[in-house]
Amino acid sequence: MDFSAAGKASTEVKKLLSSIGFDSSLVKRVAVAMYEGEMNVAIHGGGGQAEVNLDPSQIKIRFIDHGPGIADIDLAMTEGYSTASEEVRSMGFGAGMGLPNMKRNADVLEISSAVNEGTTVTLLWRLGAVS
Amino acid sequence: MKVREIADILDAAFFAGEEFADLEVQAACGADLMSDVMAFVKERVVLLTGLMNPQVLRTADLLDIKVVVFVRGKKPTSDLVEIAKETGTVLMSTKYSMFLACGRLYEAGLRNGGVREIA
Repeated sequence: MDFSAAGKASTEVKKLLSSIGFDSSLVKRVAVAMYEGEMNVAIHGGGGQAEVNLDPSQIKIRFIDHGPGIADIDLAMTEGYSTASEEVRSMGFGAGMGLPNMKRNADVLEISSAVNEGTTVTLLWRLGAVS
Repeated sequence: MKVREIADILDAAFFAGEEFADLEVQAACGADLMSDVMAFVKERVVLLTGLMNPQVLRTADLLDIKVVVFVRGKKPTSDLVEIAKETGTVLMSTKYSMFLACGRLYEAGLRNGGVREIA
């Protein structure tokens, strides 16, 4: 698996949001959550897609992969729990903080997953709300 | 604390961004796991790490971390130096271990960092 591209989309989205003039703390929260999402798709999903939607009321990012799926979502949400390989850990990921970091930085996190079919993770930020 | 003071305290060598030596940092984060770095988002941070790969600089860039110090005498590879020059990130290396490097900065007055309650 080549992880070198993971994070490039987050960097682009961060630049875009900054250039539009969003508050820097919101931009950082979106960037962190999206980077973790990208790493998850690369590490666990075997690659996938990220859809980024921006409208006046919200920022919505959806990650879709067709990987092995998540058998126990509550367990996956537990800080420190990870199924990542040693290779991934040696790159500084696989600490079991990905989904918790995404949840912490987004207003809404939704996960739908089916074993052997794939996972869809949706992140939402409501604009105009206090963050 | 200014970048040049950090360089003095850690007896560090610059590999990129020496022109930003007057940049001010207010907090430090010592970690080899990038997700742990991302769990502690703060402003004006110096990142100390023993991990050396492009993900370190990508994480730094996403978090607006402008100063990265490699501990345990690790010298950044040329691809990392190139990325740091593109993103305007200071890259330094110190001979000290993570523990000693963090301790020296703390002792010198850089005392802000992330704190999280035990979940």
